[in-house]
Amino acid sequence: MFDKLRGAISNAVTKATTKELTDKNLSDAVWELQLVLIQNDVAVEVAEHICELTKEKMLGSRTGRLENLTKLFHSALHDSIIEVLTPEYPLDLLEFAKKRRDEGDPTTILFVGVNGTGKTTTLAKLAHLYKKNGFSVVIAAGDTFRAGSIEQLEKHAEKLEIRVIKQGYGSDAAAVAYDAVAHAKARHIDVVLIDSAGRMQSNKNLLAEMKKMARVAEPDLKIFVGDALAGNDALSQAKEFNDAIGIDGAILTKIDADPSGGAALSVTFITGRPVVYVGIGQGYEDLHRFDPEWLAQRLMSEK
Amino acid sequence: MNSALKRLFGAGVIDEDLVKELVKDIQRALLVADVDVNLVMGITKRVEKQALDENLPRGVSRREHIVKVVWDTLAYFLGEKAVPLTINPGKPNLVMLVGIQGSGKTTTIGKLARYYQKRGIKTGVICADNFRPGAYSQLKQLAEMSNIPFWGDENGKDAVKLAKKGFSEMRKRGIELILLDTSGRHREETSLIKEMKSISKAVKPQEIILVIDGTLGQQAGSQAAAFKKATNIGSIVITKLDGSAKGGGALSAAAATQAPIKFIGTGEGMDALEPFNPTKFAGRLLGMSDIKGLIEKVREAQIEIDEDAAMRLMKGQFTLTDMMAQLKQLKKMGPIGKVMEMLGLQYKLPDNVAEIQEENLERFEVIMNSMTKEELDNPKLLKSSRLKRIAMGSGTATRDVRDLLKQYNQMKKMMKTMGKQRRGRRGGGIPGLPGLDGMQ
Repeated sequence: MFDKLRGAISNAVTKATTKELTDKNLSDAVWELQLVLIQNDVAVEVAEHICELTKEKMLGSRTGRLENLTKLFHSALHDSIIEVLTPEYPLDLLEFAKKRRDEGDPTTILFVGVNGTGKTTTLAKLAHLYKKNGFSVVIAAGDTFRAGSIEQLEKHAEKLEIRVIKQGYGSDAAAVAYDAVAHAKARHIDVVLIDSAGRMQSNKNLLAEMKKMARVAEPDLKIFVGDALAGNDALSQAKEFNDAIGIDGAILTKIDADPSGGAALSVTFITGRPVVYVGIGQGYEDLHRFDPEWLAQRLMSEK
Repeated sequence: MNSALKRLFGAGVIDEDLVKELVKDIQRALLVADVDVNLVMGITKRVEKQALDENLPRGVSRREHIVKVVWDTLAYFLGEKAVPLTINPGKPNLVMLVGIQGSGKTTTIGKLARYYQKRGIKTGVICADNFRPGAYSQLKQLAEMSNIPFWGDENGKDAVKLAKKGFSEMRKRGIELILLDTSGRHREETSLIKEMKSISKAVKPQEIILVIDGTLGQQAGSQAAAFKKATNIGSIVITKLDGSAKGGGALSAAAATQAPIKFIGTGEGMDALEPFNPTKFAGRLLGMSDIKGLIEKVREAQIEIDEDAAMRLMKGQFTLTDMMAQLKQLKKMGPIGKVMEMLGLQYKLPDNVAEIQEENLERFEVIMNSMTKEELDNPKLLKSSRLKRIAMGSGTATRDVRDLLKQYNQMKKMMKTMGKQRRGRRGGGIPGLPGLDGMQ
């Protein structure tokens, strides 16, 4: 994948007769870099940003040898990727819940995202993770719209031996969420995981409904669930959901389908919030902590 | 994108720099739309090469030519027009839906079932997704909502057996269109891909539809290729196009499978399913309005301008008869507002003019039939007594006659402005509209 990029870099060196890297002699290499990033599902706008960062880090450097330049380019790119992936402040879901529990409070987490990204499956995986770590968990069936969603959640809960708080289809999702939180408080349950219906980020009414859910249930954390297979839309999704309710972190799903993971860059770039986990399969254990270094290596590896 | 196109249409001379700039803009538009990077480079390379091609077909301007090259390349993958599902009435037609997890297979089945049921075809649905919890309930509920026969077995362990059993059940009930839902899977899940292959072998569907998530990015091509390798993908449905995603992944999928896109999903409701429209989709990918539609419509309309009329217009004489001719010609191309929108140009008609033109064209004709030739040529003559006479004669109100004159004056003013713009800029004007060109 980086073949062309290497060619462009060596080209840049040849062009750099003054031995100083300038905007002009870097332009081919930067363009190739941009295409490579886009090919890895980094949204165009974010790819442009990373290219700018990388270029800035290189400009003015004096280097004669190709080897050095390639090295310089790689380290500049690596640092730029890490820079974009570094959130304003970190988030650890287990630590967070532990702290809350120590203070005698439940942790409530609302899961949001567009249709079909895997909110319910992710929620089940996280329920499993919390349970495994000694937390008591209750789930709120906050997707009262999509056919079969409540049954889907109940099946998971049954297997995980976790209680589901639910009402019927068409009922008020905010009320379901509120009930679950009240239930957790009354029974001293540590973690409340609230499911919500998938909604397109362009649907104003459904975004308003989600806002209401957040207002009524007052979750401690709002987690955006994004599909790692999504391209440029990941950026717009993360932006709209963040603008609507302010997300605290994100989980990217379907990493096992072997996407490059560029969507993670888009999400953190636009929200300033970290990707905390990635979904890597259909089993309950298939949830991994997200490591920016892992993604940087993956993006820069020679596939 | 639109700015580049405007420049293209507005510029006097199309040179290499302009083409390069346009190519850059097209590239960015397609990349933002999630079209495969290599495909984008291929398309734009072709555009760059052919844009400055010396041998243009007769009667085609270079501007039209560039847009056409882009369109042709897209059309190669998108097809020229929508293709429906092939259904043999009176016989069981089995259609199987496959796709990645969460792309919207089950919802699409609900929509397709309703779509064909409404069109008088006995439709039924089968759940062979025994993997995802709740899949059975989801399809069952969707089927019940639309009163569509459903078959499934929540405790079934073997997807192949489920599909076979469901198929025979549906055949027994005399169902014509049988839609088979399957589990989500992706190219890395070898055993699931194998399972899909087995299902397809066991029930031999007449058509296999690949459901593609409209938000899918650069992975679309390789994922679709994996499905194609395992089964014979006959067509594609794109989902989630009601969001902001442009759906470029579907183009990669179509290219990888050589299968036509047949429907698009545009919302959560069970009626939010539309037959695929290649021109509209191409416009969506390019982030511009319906360019191809414009070129075609202009050609179809075969606008011809009377040379005498053109001469008169050039001298600033614009009569009611000329207006009628213009309105009629534009009407042939469809709603005038739409035409202007397709052009994406600054010659935007005031909204009221566009509306009046749509609604009143016929009435105007009737009114004008009650005018004398003198009046038609020189509308200034039309004062109150003449207005009354014309209104009586045509069975309309004087207000209607005044409306006609109002529109005439507006159009006259517009013609004047366009004439001025034309004089100020070499080679400007609305492309591909010889009628209007000739008037300036």
